[in-house]
Amino acid sequence: MKHSCQLNYKLRSKLSKLTAALTLAGFFASGLRAADFPTGQVDTTGLAVTDNTITVGQLHSATGTMAISEAGSIESERLAIDQINAEGGILGRQIKVIVEDGASDWPTFAEKSKELLEEDHVAAVFGCWTSASRKAVLPIFERDDGLLYYPTFYEGLEQSHDVFYTGQEATQQIIAGLKWLSDTKHCKTFYLIGSDYIWPRTSNKIARKVIENDIHGRVVGEEYYPLGTTDFGSLINKIKLKKPDAIYAIVVGGSNVAFYKQLHAAGITSANWTLLTISVTEDEALGIGGENLTGFYSAMKYFQSLDNPNNKAFVAAFKQKYGPNSVIGDVTQAAYEGPWLWKMAVEKAHSFDVDKVVAASGGIEFTNAPEGYVRIHDVNHHLWSKLRIGEWQDDGQVKVIYESGLIEPNPFPKGYQ
Amino acid sequence: MIFGYSLSDLWSIFVMQSFSGLSLFSVLLLMALGLTIIFGQMGVVNLAHGEFMAMGAYTVYLCSTIVQRHCPSLTPYYFLVAIVLAFCVCSLFGLLVEWSLIRFLYKRPLDSLLATWGLSLILQQSFRSIFGAREVTPVLPNWLMGAFNVTSTIQLPINGVFVMGLTLVLTLGIWFFLYHSRIGLNMRATVENRVMSGAAGINTKLVDRFTFSLGCGIAGVAGAAFTTIGSTGPDSGSRYIVDSFLVVVFGGMTRLVGTIVSAFGIAQGQSIAQFFMEGTMGKVMILLVVVVILMIRPKGLFASKIRS
Amino acid sequence: MNILYNRILGGKTGARGLLVMAIVLLIGIPCALNPFWVNLVGKYLCFAFTALGLALLWGRAGILSLGQGLFFGLGGYCMAMFLKLEASDPISTKIQSTPGIPDFMDWNQLKHLPALWVPFKSLPFSLFAVVALPTLVAFIVGLAMFKRRVGGVYFAIITQALALIFSLGIDGNQGYTGGRNGITDLKTMWGWDIRTRHAQYILYFATCLLLLLSVALLQWLLSGKMGKMLSAMREREDRLRFSGYDVSMFKIFVFCVAAVLSGIGGALFVLQVGFIAPSLVGIVPSIEMVIFVAIGGRASFFGVIYGALLVNAGKSLLSDAFPQAWLFCMGGLFIGVVMLFPNGLAGGWDWWCKKAWPYLMPAAKDRSVKQPAAEFAEVSTKGQNP
Repeated sequence: MKHSCQLNYKLRSKLSKLTAALTLAGFFASGLRAADFPTGQVDTTGLAVTDNTITVGQLHSATGTMAISEAGSIESERLAIDQINAEGGILGRQIKVIVEDGASDWPTFAEKSKELLEEDHVAAVFGCWTSASRKAVLPIFERDDGLLYYPTFYEGLEQSHDVFYTGQEATQQIIAGLKWLSDTKHCKTFYLIGSDYIWPRTSNKIARKVIENDIHGRVVGEEYYPLGTTDFGSLINKIKLKKPDAIYAIVVGGSNVAFYKQLHAAGITSANWTLLTISVTEDEALGIGGENLTGFYSAMKYFQSLDNPNNKAFVAAFKQKYGPNSVIGDVTQAAYEGPWLWKMAVEKAHSFDVDKVVAASGGIEFTNAPEGYVRIHDVNHHLWSKLRIGEWQDDGQVKVIYESGLIEPNPFPKGYQ
Repeated sequence: MIFGYSLSDLWSIFVMQSFSGLSLFSVLLLMALGLTIIFGQMGVVNLAHGEFMAMGAYTVYLCSTIVQRHCPSLTPYYFLVAIVLAFCVCSLFGLLVEWSLIRFLYKRPLDSLLATWGLSLILQQSFRSIFGAREVTPVLPNWLMGAFNVTSTIQLPINGVFVMGLTLVLTLGIWFFLYHSRIGLNMRATVENRVMSGAAGINTKLVDRFTFSLGCGIAGVAGAAFTTIGSTGPDSGSRYIVDSFLVVVFGGMTRLVGTIVSAFGIAQGQSIAQFFMEGTMGKVMILLVVVVILMIRPKGLFASKIRS
Repeated sequence: MNILYNRILGGKTGARGLLVMAIVLLIGIPCALNPFWVNLVGKYLCFAFTALGLALLWGRAGILSLGQGLFFGLGGYCMAMFLKLEASDPISTKIQSTPGIPDFMDWNQLKHLPALWVPFKSLPFSLFAVVALPTLVAFIVGLAMFKRRVGGVYFAIITQALALIFSLGIDGNQGYTGGRNGITDLKTMWGWDIRTRHAQYILYFATCLLLLLSVALLQWLLSGKMGKMLSAMREREDRLRFSGYDVSMFKIFVFCVAAVLSGIGGALFVLQVGFIAPSLVGIVPSIEMVIFVAIGGRASFFGVIYGALLVNAGKSLLSDAFPQAWLFCMGGLFIGVVMLFPNGLAGGWDWWCKKAWPYLMPAAKDRSVKQPAAEFAEVSTKGQNP
């Protein structure tokens, strides 16, 4: 058994040398051999490490209401892991994945994360999507000293020893976008709309401070609707009455489609209105339909249509694996970064131990990220990243019309709370 | 000028606000119709009602996909056919469910409630396995998009008008059917006194089967109509069922007129509350009012006077 | 002594059932399973409290409530509020703009602790509220419903609506309730860290003992006049009413008992799992609680506990292996149990004891006939006509 494993491994490492030249994966050093890193050295805390494998966990919702959103993250994390394995794995060890289903249910997330950490002793977990699921598993990761890579853009206000946040926190996503609206579109009055939970509420709180203090504009309305609402008639009438220069929308989930359809039907289109959203990625656009979004703006760190060689290779690999019609949104890309960032940290630390990996992570640069260059912050476990504004086209893709410089992550923003 | 708005502004907002109240009313009524018929006529609570609506919506999506692939020139017309097809598919499936499941449970209403919940879980997962977890939207004909521009400031969305019209036609149709047709007469007779109706030569089992499949068919039409407003996912059924149940419980569950009045009340209340308050608070307010009224009148606004 | 044996332990069958359950829960599970699974079983047992309440309410009194999640949530939130306040002392929350209040309040720009939260700084009050609040709500709802002779399907649907409204209300007032995320990151109870492995074992045993105690209490309650009243009520309510009994007060009482059991389950859940969220109290979890009862055998107290354990364990294991199949299974279980085995596991066990075993083992026949008719045998589904 062991023999065949090694054979297989040799074959793969040969293959990987072939593919290395072709894929973006080839940019990385792939010469590390397991023999140079004895298991007793790279793991001192009883993780699931053998001489030629390392086990990680993947914890997303494959079923339930969130399955739609999390599918992309599951796929891109798998893609990253397969690519890493193809070029020789980590410290010469192939990555094995234990997939658990959170079933869109926070208690289940807590239960499964416990299972991954206490039963399976995985070295790292890639997973969670909603803030609620992250909040549910956080105490468990902190108690069992696990390691979580969390891909979604979120509200900030959190920083844990055991979590790396590969999506943007709220200030990174909001401030530059609003300033852009004010500078180039000369918007001074804003209508803030959100689904009713922590992320939209916190984001709008920051947005309000930016509008009032930085760009000296005015908020003419701020509204929250329960998740899953499909009737926005009254809201649309209020918008028409207040006539804001810009609509700032953080509507999510099933409500999204109804919201943009009804805006379109009620005559609120890009012809005479400006709308900026931080909650619509290419994934959501697929459901909403390009014609309902045309001319509106999204503020994200990544769009599928980004024009750089890293992204072209990533999109090609993704489509090759999951079909030519698959779309890639911001979170899908952020999830793809997780395994790579972990790999780099492990190889810098020469160890799988969580504390050593965490200590080695600060300042790690990922130059081949599809979104371009990102760097892990020295202190707060978030990523330095750029913000892009995309204008929606009929086909459900965006044209990138603005790109900021690298923005420092600031999960506890002074003056915006 | 009032509060800085001109009179014509206020007038057009008033018109559009009334319209959005009315269109919410027709949505709620459409959701609740099938449920009321089944409960009012048979005493069965169909917790899979939402999934029947989703089934109707998926039928439209399927039609749309087929039309897009094979004859895109038919796009402007297929929608009406798809609605009829949604009715047929759902009522046929309803027939099957009645025959295989519901008919054994007429004497045990609580058990039929649980069995239909089980059915709804199975249907949900089937939708997910067949159509995928992603929400889908059919390609709608162009004449359903856009708005009537009554004046430069008043725009009435065409899809809203369409749903309203459909609700009106369907409600009138059901009313006419129940009160002016032979089958309707049989149905009402069975509700009043099952044994006597049987003695008078009415095949009550057949009437039950027919009623159930009619209710499911109407749910299918409702689901088909909602594709013009929102998207359809495997779990949209559970989104619909909550609202439809509130309407039906509030209206007293048995009578058509109760359902109509309660749908109107809830829709107008919600739309007015959401205009003057924030969205969530408006919804919570309406729910609280409904609960308080239910505490005072537990059998709803129009409880039937017949002792069971 | 005899009274104790007959009424509290429930005679020979009851005592034997209690003993078996005590051995399984207190000795079997902790010895056979690793700490992770013991903690999981502890979590399942919290749902067993709700199931026990439903067995009384639905199985014995014929009233189906689809809103038990509401009471589970009330108990859970009372407990969680206390734990959250203890976890948010000014030192560990010094990063906030207002230290000393729970983190989610700070995120929602609250500057002071809301008045509603203040009493929950005290553990005795919180424990009192775990019991009192569900009772109060159940009493008000029961009064409004049963006094007007609302029952059957109406009652089921209205309780379902209440569970929905409760979960929406929590969702919508996140500054005060933690919203959709729920109340998370609970750490200590009166300085005792509830997250350690040691503490989880203690909590597990406490849960088991409380559960066994609840079963004994229910058996005592039903061994007297109350039990006869409930059977009479389920079978022919009108005759009971004609005999001069105020049926509604019995129903309200039973509903309150079921609510208290759910509340206790919720509080224990929070202690063992470390958080509570609106997704645990809405329509879906409430109906799932009913399936535990239907599978276990709706009138058998032991049956429903095993039912809760089996269904939850099935969910944990099956959803690992075949995430897609779980909903099919669950749906199939609902339909199958309702159509084919209305008396669930307990009915099957009963059939085995009374029919199959004596048939296979004629020698054992004499003994088994002498046994008092098992309690669940008398439960027929026809009793649920409105």
